[in-house]
Amino acid sequence: MALITCDNITLSYDSRPIISDLSFVVSQGDYLCILGENGAGKSTLMKGILGLLKPTSGEIKYGDELVQSEIGYLPQQSDIQRDFPASVSEVVSSGCLNKCGIFPFLKKTQKETVKKNMDFLGITELSHKCYQDLSGGQQQRVLLARALCAAGKLIVLDEPVAGLDPVATNELYALIKTLNKKYNISVIMVSHDINGAINNATHILHLEHNDMFYGTVKEYITGEFSKKFLNINGGNNK
Amino acid sequence: MNIFSLMMSYPFMMRAVVVGILVSLCASMLGVCLVLRKLSMIGDGLSHVGFGALAIASVLGFSPLEITIPIVIAAAFLLLKLTESSKIKGDSAIAIISTGALALGVMIISVSGNGNADLNSYLFGSILAMSNTDMILSVVLSVVVLILFNVFYNKIFAVTFDEEFARATGINTELFNILIAVLTAVTIVIGMRMMGAMLISSLIIFPAISSMRIFKTFKPVTICSAILSVICFMIGITLSYIYATPTGASIVLVNIAALLIFFIIGKILKK
Repeated sequence: MALITCDNITLSYDSRPIISDLSFVVSQGDYLCILGENGAGKSTLMKGILGLLKPTSGEIKYGDELVQSEIGYLPQQSDIQRDFPASVSEVVSSGCLNKCGIFPFLKKTQKETVKKNMDFLGITELSHKCYQDLSGGQQQRVLLARALCAAGKLIVLDEPVAGLDPVATNELYALIKTLNKKYNISVIMVSHDINGAINNATHILHLEHNDMFYGTVKEYITGEFSKKFLNINGGNNK
Repeated sequence: MNIFSLMMSYPFMMRAVVVGILVSLCASMLGVCLVLRKLSMIGDGLSHVGFGALAIASVLGFSPLEITIPIVIAAAFLLLKLTESSKIKGDSAIAIISTGALALGVMIISVSGNGNADLNSYLFGSILAMSNTDMILSVVLSVVVLILFNVFYNKIFAVTFDEEFARATGINTELFNILIAVLTAVTIVIGMRMMGAMLISSLIIFPAISSMRIFKTFKPVTICSAILSVICFMIGITLSYIYATPTGASIVLVNIAALLIFFIIGKILKK
């Protein structure tokens, strides 16, 4: 069974439908990129997947023992206050709280999860540093570590490379790919970076105002739908 | 030290110091998260509502704390709801409620003929206001506030830092918003008699802002805020005893001095 099955969902904002009759499936190990112009409903869809917004019709089903609260989530940078006094370890630890239930403090296994994820993302030596003093790429690693603490099988990333320099962008893509390939964590990424999506993802969901595409990357590149977008982006993808 | 033991020999001073220390602790810890969520004006709004409720209580002859606490908690719910709704912006909502409650309170006191002495003590606080039962109730409530804040510290941090993420990972953020509002309401009512409706919100804002000048991570900010708040309170109340100045105002002025010192230290450390 698939991790997430969206069945003819309609998502509305202020009772105005943003996305209508959308269906797609995310299976274990998939790497789905959600592309689309501003206002096409990418972030709205993501809120739907995270359970922050209820579909007005249709259903989002979670399968394969995926619990909705165990989806790791990396929000857009702009959603986080930049001048917030918090250390790296405080931020990463806050990702574990969904596993505490009513118990107010982190258990030993959760502290180990925090350490493991900080090691994996190479931010262990930053753990006492202040989050606001880090570079953009380092901040994204911290937030990714937090998402991994919360995640079991799936992480959802909202424009993770926006505002990063090319080096940091490539590093982040590489990290996400490792997570996907080596640790078999499914990825849903909202992105503006069409080339990054084609080079990394396994599936593409492209939302336009009156049109949409859902399929594998191969189908996307060879199909009609993507032509105008790939040309705009220089057409350097075969 | 001599002055201090002399000061503590007055039962009303003793009560004021005990309650003041506890209120300072509660207000400064809650203050860190209110300031960070840009909700510091909620404290101000609630204290004005508290003033209105106090006026009603005194006219009807009720014990002040028992009637004020539920009214202020209700107002806290209302303010949170208004802040969340997009129709009226949060700051305007707070301004509407606080000025409304203030006007109502002034009206009630002046019509009831109790005059300026009451008005003055409600607005700017009175060290004599605390009775023995008030003190016991205040101690119990502030201990409850402190326990709840510390037990839920991690979750309060998560909700304060990134509400969306917390909600997505299954933390009941609504519940924690209500918890913070209720704890703030209780703290304000307890502290209001001594500090005055006009000045109580300073206990929420100043220590948090001062600590953030120097410390850059959450736990140190919270701890420093708590310690600083108690120190400022003790200096303020001692000065007010020695020089016979108004207690609330003295404490606020000490807090301003602390903010200046922390601001300068912060600037120096940055270099």
